[in-house]
Amino acid sequence: MARRGDRRRLALLLGPVTLFLGTCFIGPMAVMIVFSFLEPALYGGVEWSFYHLNYGRILGWADSEWESFDPVYAAIFLRSVRLALTNVVILLVICYPAALWVSGLSARWRTLLVFLTTLPFFVSLVVRLFIWVLILRPTGFLNSSLIGLGLISEPIDIIFTETAVLIGMAYVLLPFMFLPVYASVEKLDRSLIEASSDLGGSPLKTFFRVTLPLTLPGIAAGAVLVFIPSLGNFIVPDLLGGAKVLMIGNLIEQQFLSARNWPFGSALSVMIMVVMFVLIIFYLRQIGRQGANQ
Amino acid sequence: MSGEEEARNQQTPIAEVREAVKRFAATEGGVITALDGVSLKVQPREFVTLLGPSGCGKTTLLRVISGLEELDAGEVLIAGEPMTTVPPHRRPVNTVFQNYALFPHLSVGDNVGYGLDVAGVPRRQRNTRVGEVLERIGLGGFEPRRPDQLSGGQRQRVALARAIINRPSLLLLDEPLSALDRNLRQSMQLELKTLQHDLGISFLFVTHDQEEALTMSDRVAVLNKGRIEQVGTPEAHYHRPATRFVAEFIGDGALFSGRIEGPTEDPVLVTGDGLRLAVALGTTVNQVATLLLRPEHLEAAPEAPDAAFGVIEVRLKQSVFLGASRKFVCCLANGATVTAAPTGAGAQALSRVAPGELVRLAYRRDQPHLILGADDGT
Repeated sequence: MARRGDRRRLALLLGPVTLFLGTCFIGPMAVMIVFSFLEPALYGGVEWSFYHLNYGRILGWADSEWESFDPVYAAIFLRSVRLALTNVVILLVICYPAALWVSGLSARWRTLLVFLTTLPFFVSLVVRLFIWVLILRPTGFLNSSLIGLGLISEPIDIIFTETAVLIGMAYVLLPFMFLPVYASVEKLDRSLIEASSDLGGSPLKTFFRVTLPLTLPGIAAGAVLVFIPSLGNFIVPDLLGGAKVLMIGNLIEQQFLSARNWPFGSALSVMIMVVMFVLIIFYLRQIGRQGANQ
Repeated sequence: MSGEEEARNQQTPIAEVREAVKRFAATEGGVITALDGVSLKVQPREFVTLLGPSGCGKTTLLRVISGLEELDAGEVLIAGEPMTTVPPHRRPVNTVFQNYALFPHLSVGDNVGYGLDVAGVPRRQRNTRVGEVLERIGLGGFEPRRPDQLSGGQRQRVALARAIINRPSLLLLDEPLSALDRNLRQSMQLELKTLQHDLGISFLFVTHDQEEALTMSDRVAVLNKGRIEQVGTPEAHYHRPATRFVAEFIGDGALFSGRIEGPTEDPVLVTGDGLRLAVALGTTVNQVATLLLRPEHLEAAPEAPDAAFGVIEVRLKQSVFLGASRKFVCCLANGATVTAAPTGAGAQALSRVAPGELVRLAYRRDQPHLILGADDGT
């Protein structure tokens, strides 16, 4: 009797989330995967016949009747990966020392500073990015300050470049790197650092042999949390990259909204999903191994 | 002072702390003085224990020597060299930490070999030495294990092995046995002492356990509130405590503060509430002093005690069986408690007394130690 009661309670507890994920998550994803193998209809939508060239186009092989070999999409994909990885590195270089510093402060300051890193979430993303447009454009704050200081005579081209996209993405995704890195740095037992130093480890050796390995889970978490939204991001390149810095996110957006090629957009999305899936598996295994060690 | 001890004192001390002062900002505001002008020397091959209650500054003193804490005033010398500007990783001392601080991401072998790895010792030599040290502390073949697969006692040994592999001239031990159970602790005490002797290095050992301090040390330094109360052999601390604090902290015993009065041929300590206790002949009268009555000083009073004895009348409260002996907890007229632990015939005489009865106890008046000077109030 007790078992049946347990089961009913389990069904009640898990029912809503199953229903929600089933209709709002798995369903659309299934539609996307199916569409990625169908032929595009002329004005959006799909023709219900199998079509392998959605994936072929990504690699550069397309319908030989009206297209020639052109790996333009592969290039966009590689650029997206490159920018996303660069962003991960930039944020790591910014956040790791910052997290080390913050974790050494008094409890009151720590709480305040951690809260401050999440503060930008209270303002709309588009508004915040538009402020960067105002800062980076040729007549914007950055250029007028540099000219005012006499450091440059002509405004430098930053807006609508990869640099602008990287600045914007680093700005938007900073908390996703800072918080997990900070969590692992803060948890680090200071007596281990003292032990290393006591045993003759210089500060540099202590960092590479003790601090870094023990905070690796935080770094891995931050890297995954930053890489995934960087790869699929389309708002930042749209606003700060203009038409020049096209990323995979923009490409997908275009396929659905402008080009009306739903199957190709779906194929691109599926591909990103697979890449991210592989990464998350890798990350979870890493975390699992770290957990086993501690 | 024995000849050996004299010879020691002529050598350059392994470590010397001069007038060390260390203050911390307290979390609730204000300043805590952890070290208040501490001076201490550790001689080669010497086992010195820092003994004191928690918060007395003993751990801070260790950390000051290892360089993990900087001094506000005073200086630390190791092998005669001033250490003020020397960072912890360049000091020839190693520490066994209270929580062991083993690296959780490294195997036992890598933990023990850490000091050699950062020093760049070649791999083969390093592995041999790790194997030797692990063998020496009874954990041969444990290299591939992880710290979390070890028992508390094994972790303690790994921490010890890791700290001695660099062959420091001075090993600092911060309450290394406090997390172990009683039996393990006692066997480790002896083992540590043997290890110290075999390695031929100095140990500076921190503990709050007086028994630990008395069993292992060549010399003990008792700390209280950031000051050293007394430095000396365990025997000196036990038989001739310099202050009331040391007398209370080390060993059992009852303390009576008062004034020495009476004729020189029969000096008596008179306490504030009128208790009169005979003290050693020849004690200068008209001064304040504190008398320490240890349990072993007291026995059942003979029928007609002569002038060599002091006699007190007490009421027996409890007779406690201790295995090999028995102790008798008694109550004085002023409410103070004294404990008697006589041996042989004295014990038999007291065993016949029923709890609640009055009984006369005696002590040889030259036996109990007299701390001269004003009661320091602790």
